[in-house]
Amino acid sequence: MKELVRVASGQGFWGDSLEAPRQQVEGGPVDYLMLDYLAEVTMSILQKQKERDPSLGYARDFVGAIESVLPAVTGRGVKVVANAGGVNPPSCAAAIRTLAEKCSVSDKVTIAVVTGDDLLARLDELIDEGHPLSNMDTGEPLASVRDKVLSANAYLGSSPIVEGLRRGANIVITGRSTDTALTMAPLRYEFDWGATDWNRLAAGIIAGHIIECGAQCSGGNCLYDWRSIPDLANVGYPIADARPDGTFIITKHPGTGGRVSVPSITEQLVYEMGDPREYITPDVIADFTSIHLRDVGENRVEVSGITGRPPTDKLKVSIAYRAGFKAVGSLVYSWPDALEKAELADRVLRERLDRLGLRFDQILTEYVGASATHGVLVERESTNGAADRPAVLHRDLPEVQLRVGVRGNDKAAVERFTREIAPLVLNGPPSVTGFAGGRPKVEEIVAYWPALVDKTVVKTTVEIV
Amino acid sequence: MRLRLLEVAHARSGDKGDTANVGLIALRPEWFPLLEREVTRQRVKEHFEGVISGDVERFELPNLHALNFLLHGALDGGGTLSLKTDAQGKVFSTALLRMRIDVPNDEAKRLGIEPQERNS
Repeated sequence: MKELVRVASGQGFWGDSLEAPRQQVEGGPVDYLMLDYLAEVTMSILQKQKERDPSLGYARDFVGAIESVLPAVTGRGVKVVANAGGVNPPSCAAAIRTLAEKCSVSDKVTIAVVTGDDLLARLDELIDEGHPLSNMDTGEPLASVRDKVLSANAYLGSSPIVEGLRRGANIVITGRSTDTALTMAPLRYEFDWGATDWNRLAAGIIAGHIIECGAQCSGGNCLYDWRSIPDLANVGYPIADARPDGTFIITKHPGTGGRVSVPSITEQLVYEMGDPREYITPDVIADFTSIHLRDVGENRVEVSGITGRPPTDKLKVSIAYRAGFKAVGSLVYSWPDALEKAELADRVLRERLDRLGLRFDQILTEYVGASATHGVLVERESTNGAADRPAVLHRDLPEVQLRVGVRGNDKAAVERFTREIAPLVLNGPPSVTGFAGGRPKVEEIVAYWPALVDKTVVKTTVEIV
Repeated sequence: MRLRLLEVAHARSGDKGDTANVGLIALRPEWFPLLEREVTRQRVKEHFEGVISGDVERFELPNLHALNFLLHGALDGGGTLSLKTDAQGKVFSTALLRMRIDVPNDEAKRLGIEPQERNS
């Protein structure tokens, strides 16, 4: 058994750096390359692509990523674990197989494909059998939006990935696995951790949580002492150096930018956190209050002490459904009195929408540059007499972006809204610019419906192709 | 002494459905008890009044010198439904760091807290 396994993170979401996977396998020795492509809404985007072309529905960037790391995979034994399969893992595997043939390394590539997470075709059967798939936030049964559902995928744990590795795969492709399983599974496989070795499994999950967002733990988006973080242009993506006992060190390749430190790791640990004692995964419940962090060198943070306990008998299901239409338009108003002009433009726009008889579920106006993100907090500070909302907000801002969004089920009304922005340039308040992007685009909203299902109804399959 | 949380903490936020979470981390371990005492669930709820529609939950992580807040009803329905610039709650972190707390001068001195702004 190995005494040290190095898992490198090369992708934090679909759309992350195209260079990172190659940099991770070429910057120094690693055993595994972990690529996470799936955010909550990614599955529905992929489902729409699959509807248009049945051979699609996976993260196509993955093919380029594999091409860029193929010498390391076939020559140096680096293994890849990725949830790039999206809603079509078999097609994703076929694309990789074609690539391997093209590069004349087909005999050196063994692909494991994990399926069974996709519940879309089984939804009616599941509902009939008494699985309401109720929304975890609202309690509503899925039946209320059943006809609008686009995709439904259970979050799978580490076991099918471990099986793929046991069967000799050097590339494991999954659909909707938990992001953390992509890191934990190789550790469980290499160190032969048992399925009830709760503390070590939890440690693997937390290693996964730290590196699953790519550089967001190694200096990217890091608020702590951000000015001093070196060379973000060449930011190093994280690597988990794991030991059989469940301790691990987060680091990055030498010569790269960014920073791995106790504060950078802590910021990532609390990212998207709920109850820290109850980090629930299909494999184990990890306790974030047990984590001990220690600086053990430059860009090296040791993580130890982690405890876990048995998981629940449910799997989380990520369901996406069509939920109407939205459009967001913007214009920029300049000094003097930029905010006041933008506010007048908003009133004019709303009055015109009203006269046209257009109805929306919501109209939201923001003034970017004045108070879009911290909204009323800024206003309140001024009335508190704290005097840190300077007059600049009303008088002296060089410019303010008026940003208006509408949302509703009536697509025609949302379309009509998009025609009412540009006219303001000539028939609204003065000193306006920033409309070069053209008319706002109408987008269909795909909303997220989190649910639970009994583990026993989800059957996973691992195929070697 | 009145100071902003920005002077004693850093933070990161994210989303889960219509809930934003903010992890608030003491800049120095010895400042964590101050956060624990001053940044209560109730104070945070008041701070975000008019910004969020739901309740606030607080969890403690003394091991990381951090508090985790769940701000329910923060994202206009959440993720893709939201029309907000910050539809995924990414800068609720800095919104919380705007909050002001009062620290007795002798305690601030003992903890080595240097005020960065004098106009508050």
